[in-house]
Amino acid sequence: MLEVFIFATLNGLVTGLLLFMLASGLTLIFSMMGVLNFAHASFYMLGAYFAYSISLHFGFWTGLIFAPIIVGVLGALVERYGLRRVHQHGHVAELVFTFGLAFLIEEAVQFFWGADTKNYQSPDLLDFPLFTLFGQEFPAYRGFMIGISITIFISLYYVLTKSRIGIIIQAALTHPHTVSNLGHNVPLIFMGVFGVGTALAGVAGVMAGPVLTTFPGMAVVLGSIVFVIVVIGGLGSLAGAFIASILIGLLQSYAIASDLGMPDLLNILGIEFSRDHPLTDLWTLTLPQIAPILPFLLLVLVLIFRPTGLMGKREQ
Amino acid sequence: MTVIKKSTVWICYLLGLLALPQFFDSVLAISIFNQMAIAIVFALSYNMLLGQGGMLSFGHAVYFGLGGFLAVHALVMIEFEILSFSIIWIPLVGGFIGLLAALFIGTFSTHKAGTVFAMISLGIGELIAASSLIFVSFFGGEAGISGDRTFGPPFFGIEWFQNLEIYYLAVAWVFIATLFMYFFTLTPAGKMANAVRDNPERAEFIGYSARRVRYITFCAAGFFAGIAGGLFALNYEFITEENLNAATSGRVLLSAYIGGLGYFIGPIIGAVVLTLMNSLLSNYSDLWMLYLGIMFLLTVLFLPRGFAGFIMMHQMVWAHGKIKSLVLPYLITGVPSFIFVIASVGLIELSHTDEAEFYYLGLNFDSTTAIDFILISIAVLAALFCIRKSLPQLRAAWESANEISDDDEKEAQS
Repeated sequence: MLEVFIFATLNGLVTGLLLFMLASGLTLIFSMMGVLNFAHASFYMLGAYFAYSISLHFGFWTGLIFAPIIVGVLGALVERYGLRRVHQHGHVAELVFTFGLAFLIEEAVQFFWGADTKNYQSPDLLDFPLFTLFGQEFPAYRGFMIGISITIFISLYYVLTKSRIGIIIQAALTHPHTVSNLGHNVPLIFMGVFGVGTALAGVAGVMAGPVLTTFPGMAVVLGSIVFVIVVIGGLGSLAGAFIASILIGLLQSYAIASDLGMPDLLNILGIEFSRDHPLTDLWTLTLPQIAPILPFLLLVLVLIFRPTGLMGKREQ
Repeated sequence: MTVIKKSTVWICYLLGLLALPQFFDSVLAISIFNQMAIAIVFALSYNMLLGQGGMLSFGHAVYFGLGGFLAVHALVMIEFEILSFSIIWIPLVGGFIGLLAALFIGTFSTHKAGTVFAMISLGIGELIAASSLIFVSFFGGEAGISGDRTFGPPFFGIEWFQNLEIYYLAVAWVFIATLFMYFFTLTPAGKMANAVRDNPERAEFIGYSARRVRYITFCAAGFFAGIAGGLFALNYEFITEENLNAATSGRVLLSAYIGGLGYFIGPIIGAVVLTLMNSLLSNYSDLWMLYLGIMFLLTVLFLPRGFAGFIMMHQMVWAHGKIKSLVLPYLITGVPSFIFVIASVGLIELSHTDEAEFYYLGLNFDSTTAIDFILISIAVLAALFCIRKSLPQLRAAWESANEISDDDEKEAQS
């Protein structure tokens, strides 16, 4: 029991940190432009595919460095020539634009790389068990993922709060006009933040590709969950996004690892149902079965009872 | 527009729908028309939500799908003689279920429009799509459920063996649904939906509850989406999880947006265009989804009001009789644009094909050497250059056509 718990916690942490790498960029972009970027997970997918192509010729480590840069440049271009243009038509148009972009990127990935799953491998250098607990091995690559994510977050936190450029960015988020009056190029800052946000998604893609498999549906799989996190955490709140990411990561990991279900609950309550009851699917539900819908259930509940999310600002 | 003029439009719409099979009577054509009929009702109901009520939904397929599932269940019940009514009422079953679902979900999702509504709709959509795979006895899992429309009492001797019979039934429902959705835009509730979309605060100041107005619009949209789902069940006699998941929700958003939100005719145009692309283009190219995505993004970027908005832009020019002055400028920009599209498609297809010999527009290309790639690329770039060069004259012509001189003003008034 304990070993299941420990490994579920570790795996949940890996997923949670990965999710936060996407969610942090998404929530920064939201507080900047007031629009949720539907295509954010598509940039994550692009990161994985670029890294795969690069790794075929130059190895994993070159991909880890250059794929996020390519993705970041692409993201900046999208902001400059796409979003900025649509901005004048309002938020719905922006949301619809990013939705269309996500659609297009998925099709484009299938066009360039094909619809099959790519054999994108983690580097041989990290192909050893980091430690063995209760006879079960924890792969070093997952430890590496945790390490990289935490390093990125700490440096990002320092840049945002301590450096001059970070302070200008923070000011531009809340008071764009004042910052512009002080002589800073606010559109350029926005483009930069969008680029860095998508590059972060790219990093997440590079690292997740070997673990979660690289295929054209990977954006859809993660995309809506990242949305859920950003909304649950409170739109625009980095701390909220962090808590929600870890929460969802652990929740899903525990739900998959456990073997509890309705039959156990009914046993405890001493109720019994016949197998051919019309609602038999309901009485035989197990936690691993409902793991994929837990985030969405949580999302709907949060939106109903606390529309601003966990750490969101109170609405006027 | 006068009443007579309006009813002429409606009669033409009905006659057009009825006459279509006279011109195209192949099996394929009828099946495409049936898809179109379903898509039109679905897209119109989506426009009711987004275009009229300002609620961006990423989960509208839920009402379509639930309506469709219950409709198939109703077909099965008719088959086993648990129920006994003619299948012409099946779309109403779907509509009723769509309405019920919307009545329930709307109680908590219509508090706010905008991002919150969009997120709840996304969450509900994913929730129900995922649940449909869990509750196998009702939704049939991956395989879905199927029924048979030929049971039940015949309707004036018609037993619904043929798709053509279903087409005429669909036409009746499409016409009724379109008419009622149009009437809805004329009712006070419909007008208030527009007001709440544009400025909820002011609507509240004159004493309307923005939430209640949204709720009414939401339920009406759910009802008509359910009718579309019922039509789907009648046409295909089966339904799967795919019909209530995010992909279907996305497609209806695409068709309503490409057609033109806010204009009543917009979603009809969008539904027709998308169905045609879906069924005709997919025969020629497996990349049609890529073209659809590109077309959608271009529409969002350059025609934010869709095809219908583009047509409506010319209303003023038309009223002043200046449309003739635009024909030549349009041709000057249009011809290179057309060449650009054709050549780009050729380039994309050529680089995608597996075969060495590649036929396109009656021409034979060789995909193994670089020379054909270079030739088509030159055509693409040349066309792009011509478009760029011709844009200023188009803009100038457009501006001069829209300039209203005093003479025109008098003419228009008289």
